Amino acid sequence: MLPTIKKTVNKLWSGVALTLLAALPALGLAAPQMNMTQGVTDISRDTYGLHMTIIWVCVAIAVIVYGVLVFSLIKYRKSKGAVPATFYHSTKAEIVWTLIPFIILIAMAIPATQVLTATYDTSDAKLDVLITGYQWRWQYRYLSGDGQEVVFFSNLSTPQEQIDNKAEKGEHYLLEVDEPLVIPVHTKVRFLLTAADVIHSWWVPAFAIKKDAIPGFVNEAWVNVNEPGIYRGQCAELCGQQHGFMPIVVKVVEQAEFDAWLAEKQAAAAAIAELTSREWTQEQLIAEGQTTYNTFCVACHQPTGLGLPPAFPALSGSPVATGPIEKHIDVVLHGRAGTAMAAYGALLNPIQLAGVITFERNALGSNRVGDMVTPAEILQAQQAAQ
Amino acid sequence: MATGHGHDDHHHGPAKGITRWLYTTNHKDIGTMYLVFSLAMFLLGGTFALVIRAELFQPGLQFVTPNFFNQMTTMHGLVMVFGAVMPAFVGLANWMIPMMIGAPDMALPRMNNWSFWILPFAFLMLSSTLFMDSGAPNFGWTFYAPLSTTYAPSSVTFFIFAVHMMGVSSIMGSINIIATIQNLRAPGMTYMKMPLFVWTWLITAYLLLAVMPVLAGVVTMMLFDIHFGTSFFSAAGGGDPVLFQHVFWFFGHPEVYIMILPAFGVVSEIVSTFSRKRLFGYDSMVYATSSIAFLSFIVWAHHMFTTGMPLAGELFFMYATMLIAVPTGVKVFNWIATMFKGSISFETPMLFAIAFVVLFTMGGFTGLMLAISPADFQYQDTYFVVAHFHYVLVPGAVFSIMAATYYWLPKWTGNMYDENLGRLHFWLSFIGINVLFFPQHFLGLAGMPRRIPDYALQFADFNMLSSIGAFIFGFSQLLFVFIVIKAARGGKKATAEVWDGSHGLEWTVPSPAPYHTFSTPPVIK
Repeated sequence: MLPTIKKTVNKLWSGVALTLLAALPALGLAAPQMNMTQGVTDISRDTYGLHMTIIWVCVAIAVIVYGVLVFSLIKYRKSKGAVPATFYHSTKAEIVWTLIPFIILIAMAIPATQVLTATYDTSDAKLDVLITGYQWRWQYRYLSGDGQEVVFFSNLSTPQEQIDNKAEKGEHYLLEVDEPLVIPVHTKVRFLLTAADVIHSWWVPAFAIKKDAIPGFVNEAWVNVNEPGIYRGQCAELCGQQHGFMPIVVKVVEQAEFDAWLAEKQAAAAAIAELTSREWTQEQLIAEGQTTYNTFCVACHQPTGLGLPPAFPALSGSPVATGPIEKHIDVVLHGRAGTAMAAYGALLNPIQLAGVITFERNALGSNRVGDMVTPAEILQAQQAAQ
Repeated sequence: MATGHGHDDHHHGPAKGITRWLYTTNHKDIGTMYLVFSLAMFLLGGTFALVIRAELFQPGLQFVTPNFFNQMTTMHGLVMVFGAVMPAFVGLANWMIPMMIGAPDMALPRMNNWSFWILPFAFLMLSSTLFMDSGAPNFGWTFYAPLSTTYAPSSVTFFIFAVHMMGVSSIMGSINIIATIQNLRAPGMTYMKMPLFVWTWLITAYLLLAVMPVLAGVVTMMLFDIHFGTSFFSAAGGGDPVLFQHVFWFFGHPEVYIMILPAFGVVSEIVSTFSRKRLFGYDSMVYATSSIAFLSFIVWAHHMFTTGMPLAGELFFMYATMLIAVPTGVKVFNWIATMFKGSISFETPMLFAIAFVVLFTMGGFTGLMLAISPADFQYQDTYFVVAHFHYVLVPGAVFSIMAATYYWLPKWTGNMYDENLGRLHFWLSFIGINVLFFPQHFLGLAGMPRRIPDYALQFADFNMLSSIGAFIFGFSQLLFVFIVIKAARGGKKATAEVWDGSHGLEWTVPSPAPYHTFSTPPVIK
C-alpha cells in the first residue's frame, strides 16, 4: 500500500518538476538538478523516500492551509462588503488542529526511526577506511588487509586558472581530485572519520552520508554501493578559507578491479619507502618539490613565492627560506602555532618534504641558497623530534 | 522652569539637541534609537549580503578572495542577528509595551538608556575588525571551535568582547521588559488580557535571560582557550570541540525563537486589526507560545545531527524537534481562523502580515523536513538550510518588523505613510525575497554546500537567479527608508485610532503619541 502511494506521489512530483523544467529552455536555461538524488545505496534510496514522503505531507497541509487562507482573502474582503463575524474561540477546533498534526508526526517518526537505526549499524564491514580531514584536503588510509599500508591525500585538481576565470571551466569544475577514494561495489565499507586541525564534514550525496570529521573524535559511517561509478561530494562544514575547494571523489569498482588497484598502491607505497633511502640530486628534488609546492603551498604563498601578506608571508627572500636550513625544516614539518601555517610533517611523505624545502630554497622567487635536504635526512629529523 | 509652573514638570517635552538622545530615559526616544540603529545595521548587513550574492552570481572567483568571502558571511550573520533583528524587536518593545499595558514608561529607565548605548559601541568594535590586518572574523556566525579559537584571526578577541557587550545589552533589556510587564500593568490589565505582542515579548525576555549568559559563557571559554592556555575546545589539550556546539546551540536554538516570538505577537495584532475581528484562540496562542519556548530548550542538538551523536540522542532530538510543529501549527491555524469570516482590507501592514503567515509557514515546512534526522544528513550545511532559515528570518522576522513599522508609524510620527509607496515596497520585497530564496531550496537539494565562495557548474543557473532576487530585495529597502523618512517629515495627519479596526490602549492616546503617556494609569474593565 505505502510503496504504491510513494510511487504515485513520486510520479506526481516528477510531473510537477518536469512542467517547471519544460519552461526553462524557453528562458534559455538548461535543466539543472532540483531535487535530492536517489543515490546508489539502499540507505540513500530510503532517505530519498523519507524526503519525498515528508514533502508530500507538507504539500498536502499547504494546499489545505493556503487554500483556506486564499479563500478567506477573496471571500471576506471589506471592499466586497464583508461583515466580520464575532466568534473568537473554539475548543473543538483547537483540539482537532493540535491532534491531527500530532498523529501525522507519529506516522512520520516511525519510518524515520527505522532508516536512522539502519544508518547507525556499522557492524560486519568488509573494509575499513580512515578518512582524515585536513585544511584543505582529505586523507584516506586503508586499514584492513595485509601488506604495506596504503595512505594518500586527495586534493582538488581543478587548475587555479579556471577558478580565476582565466581558463574555460571543465565539466567537473571544483568536483575533481588528483586521486579519488576507491572502494569495491556490493561490499559493506566502514568509514572512520576524524580531522587533523578543524572540523570538516565528509559528504557524498549519492551515498546519503554526511558525517563530521572532528579533531580528537573518531566518527563512524558505512556504505554499501549498488552500482559502480564515480560519485562526487564536498566538504560540508566551514573549515577555513579553502572550504569550498576540498571536494570528494569516490570511485566505486568491481571487487577484482579493487583488489588489483590495492595491490598496485601497496607496491607503490613500498617503492616510496625505498626511494626515501636512495641518493637524490638537487635537480631531482627541485623537480619533485615544484609539484608539491603547486599542490600544497601555492594557494597561500602564491606561485611567485611573494605570499599574500600579512596573513600569508612571502617565502622569496624570507629569513626562514634563505637562512639556516634546520629552521626551514622545522617550520615545514611542525607548522607555526597561531598562524595558518600547518604542520606538513604528517601530510607529506619524506620525498615531498625534502623536495619542497629544496625547491623553496633554490628555485622559488629570488631564492638561490644552493643547499639541499634529502628524504633520508627528513626522516631522521622526524625521528629525532619524536 | 519657573517655580509657578512646577506642576508642568511631568509634562515637559524632550530636551533639545544631541543631549536629548544621549541622556534620555524616555521609552519612546530609546525605542526610536533602537529602531534607527537597527535599520542602519539592516542596511550594513544587507550590504554584506550583496557582496556575497555578487560573488556567487557566477562560478569562479570574481570580486573577493575566499577569506574575505568568509568574513562577509560571518559579519552578515552577526550584524543581522544581533544588530538588526534583535534591536528592532527591543525598539518595538520599548515604544509599544508601556503604551499597550498603560504604563508611563519602562520600569528601569536609566538602565534602558544604558542598554541601548552599549550597542553602537559593540558594533563599532565588531565592524572595526574589517579594517584590521588579520581581517574580520571569518569562521561563520556560529563560530565553531577550533576554527574560531586555535585557527582564528587575531581579531577574534574583539569579536568576543563585542559579543559580551551585546549580551550585556540584551540581558539588561530583557530584565527591563520583564520588570515593566510584571509590575507596571494598568489596574485591571490581568495577564490574560495583555495584548499578544506583550505576551510574546514577556516569554522572549525570559528566553533571553536564560540563554544570553550561555552565549557569554561560550565566548569566555573561547577567550580562555585563545589567551590563557585552557583547552575547553581543543582536543590536543583534552578538550572537546563538540562541547562548543552543545553550548553554542543551547544558546542558539532559543535564540532563533527570540527572533520569531515577538514577530508572532506583531502579526497577531495586525491580522486581527485588518480582519476587523477579535484574534481567534487568544488563550491557545499564549499556551502555544509558551510551549514553543519550552521546547526550544530541548531541541538544540538538531543542529548537530551529523556530529556523530549516539543513536538515542539523535532520536530524542528528532522527536522533540518534530513536536515543535504542533504549537507552531496552532499559531498559523489561529491566524487563518482570525481572517476567516472577517472583513479584510489590505493596507501595507496587513500585506506584510499575510506574507509572513504564508512564507513563515514555508520555513516551517522545511523546518519539519530538517527535523527528520536521516533526511537531515542530506540537508545539513547545504543551501537548503540557508533557504530554510532565511524563510523564517526574512519574510518571517524582518517582514514582521516592517509590518510593525507601517502599523505603528502613524502613532509614532502622527503622519500616515504613503500607502501607494508602501504597497510598492511590499510587492518588490515579496517578489525579491522569493526569487532570492526559493531557488536556494533546489541548490541545497542538488548538493550545494553553504558558505562556499565558488561552486560547481550545475549550480550556476539558480545562483544567478538567487542573486538577481537579492539585488531586487536589497535595493527596494531604500524605498522603505524613503517612506519612513517621508512619513516622519510630514503627510496626512493620523487620527488617534489610525486604523478602523484598531484595538488596544496604544490607540487611545493621540497621534503622534505625546512624549509622556499614561502618567495616570487607565482603568481596564
